[in-house]
Amino acid sequence: MRHIISLLVENEAGALSRISGLFSARGYNIESLTVATTEDQTLSRMTIITTGSDRIIEQITKQLNKLVDVVKLQDITEGNFIEREMMFVKVKAEGDTQRGEVKRLCDIFRARIIDVTDTTFCIELTGSGDKLNAYIRALHENNIVEVVRSGSMGILRGEKALTL
Amino acid sequence: MELSGSEIIIQFLKDEGIEYLFGYPGGAVLHIYDALQKQDDVKHILVRHEQGATHAADGYARATGKPGVCLVTSGPGATNAVTGIATAYMDSIPLVVLTGQVPSHAIGSDAFQEVDAVGVTRPCVKHNFLVKDLDKLAETLKKAFYVATTGRPGPVVVDIPKDITAPHIKIPYHYPDKVEMRSYNPNLKGHPRQIKRAVELLLGAKRPVIYTGGGVIMDDASQELRDFVRKLGYPITQTLMGLGAYPGTDPLFLGMLGMHGTYEANMAMHECDVLLCIGARFDDRITGVTSKFCPYAQIIHVDIDPASISKTINVDIPIVGGAKQVLTEMLKLLDRSESKVDQSAVDAWWKTIKAWQAQDSFAYEKKDGVIQPQEAIEELYKVTGGDAYITSDVGQHQMYAAQFYHFDEPRRWINSGGLGTMGFGLPAAMGVKLAFPDKEVACVTGEGSIQMCIQELSTCLQYNTPVKIINLNNRYLGMVRQWQEFFYEKRYSHVYMDSLPDFVKLAEAYGHVGIRVDDPKDLHDAMQEAFKLKDRTVFVDIITDQEANVYPMISAGKAHNEMDISPLQQAKQASLKAKGELV
Repeated sequence: MRHIISLLVENEAGALSRISGLFSARGYNIESLTVATTEDQTLSRMTIITTGSDRIIEQITKQLNKLVDVVKLQDITEGNFIEREMMFVKVKAEGDTQRGEVKRLCDIFRARIIDVTDTTFCIELTGSGDKLNAYIRALHENNIVEVVRSGSMGILRGEKALTL
Repeated sequence: MELSGSEIIIQFLKDEGIEYLFGYPGGAVLHIYDALQKQDDVKHILVRHEQGATHAADGYARATGKPGVCLVTSGPGATNAVTGIATAYMDSIPLVVLTGQVPSHAIGSDAFQEVDAVGVTRPCVKHNFLVKDLDKLAETLKKAFYVATTGRPGPVVVDIPKDITAPHIKIPYHYPDKVEMRSYNPNLKGHPRQIKRAVELLLGAKRPVIYTGGGVIMDDASQELRDFVRKLGYPITQTLMGLGAYPGTDPLFLGMLGMHGTYEANMAMHECDVLLCIGARFDDRITGVTSKFCPYAQIIHVDIDPASISKTINVDIPIVGGAKQVLTEMLKLLDRSESKVDQSAVDAWWKTIKAWQAQDSFAYEKKDGVIQPQEAIEELYKVTGGDAYITSDVGQHQMYAAQFYHFDEPRRWINSGGLGTMGFGLPAAMGVKLAFPDKEVACVTGEGSIQMCIQELSTCLQYNTPVKIINLNNRYLGMVRQWQEFFYEKRYSHVYMDSLPDFVKLAEAYGHVGIRVDDPKDLHDAMQEAFKLKDRTVFVDIITDQEANVYPMISAGKAHNEMDISPLQQAKQASLKAKGELV
């Protein structure tokens, strides 16, 4: 099962390597990991997407909680949650036909073109991982120059929140 | 009071009540050593290798319950300490290791004797710190001791760049009495409803077993455990790490369980209907194959570390809490509960257990002219009256010591259980002897293990720590040889120790006394002579049977009831069967 684990961690050097080190040392999977500071500069918010049996997920959350730098943790897939990921795609865009086609595809996916040259477009797209995958599939493979994905972020719906 | 970083470190250790600092100087810690030299409250023990420092501090910590403290230099000083840090980590021992670091401005430049000590030790510490700011030094040290000694204890490394300890930069110092960490709040008190459920389940048991580990010793809960077990009259078994928490000579004690545990303890585990585990972690050396572990049992698990619960074995009633607090609560509930022990069922259970005990799974055959390793430990037990602190290395001798030295008190049996670190025994014994100079301290070892930290014999002389080294010398790496005998058709690959040193002469060269004994007739006198020399370190080199094996044994993939038993026990089983006394 795929789980989204949200963490509040001390914003200290080494905290990230403690967490990534735990995953590699114990052989757990990481699909993606994102991290940045919060409105409180002493705290970082981290989202880890991982997969494993219930037993493994239980161990992952327990082992993460045990790390001294981890202040609070929640498996948000246990509740009602929103998940989003951001992606930049640089595509070839040469000639009116190709440029028009890329723009139409952007409209369909509600993507934005954020940089333009004579030969390329840079496109920004936000959504679930599935939507991002669908967009990539919709582009002609030969036209993709590069893809940059942020990894997923998650948040609980409603009044519930992961705060101190 | 205005102090430099170095003076803060030493003053802090004084204020923290630290008696001994085990260490080895070097470039990055020169300032600290200069401050150390100007006082005599914190006594420094100069080891011969940083691994020795960590094991000595570890032995001190295990025997006293107080944190062990080490000071080593950067680079190789730190990497040499890693084995000892990992040893303490696996056995949850409170250790604070101060490592010197190159000056802050040089970090990352591949400076002389630079290693990323925080990075290198990260996977084997409870936590570690790099001190970046002199103002934070005292607070960081306090945090280190707090984290190391509370909750599930463990080693903490504090990496201190040389500029932080510079003698000319002084700041005001106050001893931080306490420290708060929002991300670290260990829970000691078990959940009341879970404890109640556990007590009711225990009282309804027909074939109960209590299985305890090092957590009971760590939490100083031996007395509570004794009261609890005696009140119930249930059989108890202990892990290698747990020996001594419950008296080894008590009739309710079934002996150690696990890979080389007693037949009765392992059979009782397999057949029990309720298992209470306190302060142990269902380690692979205990469970055998997990799919066949305690197939009929409902399991209660008390542990201070939530991550230990349902890690390898799923349990029915988990209780997160300290052994002492939970046992105290359980004792109260036992007194209050309206349910009573099912005495007839438990009596019948004891009858079954007694039949297993009658097979005497540790029995071995004595031979003329050849010392059996087991009889050497039995002799040690006799001569010391069972009252010594015993440290050990790792291998067959460790198992024989656990099997044949019956520990009646906690903190007397000091060995590397989790990591299985050869070389642990001698420095650990030194640490114990410093803590308890009036007690007998013996290191049970083998000719393989002892050579991994033998340099500490020199430290023993410098600091006058007269320990006794009981070297079971079979000229083989015995445990590896045993596995090669059992599982590799006696292909003894690189386990024969050719060209061994003359240990008697070696002991003498280090300024100690050496005694060699190779005949069972002389064993008693040799052992007595060694312990008569109160103020000398004595190396007793005991030449033992080369191919003796440790029995019983649970091989890989086997369950508790599938032990390999000794030829003697097999014969006994056959004769009991013939008489119709064994079904």
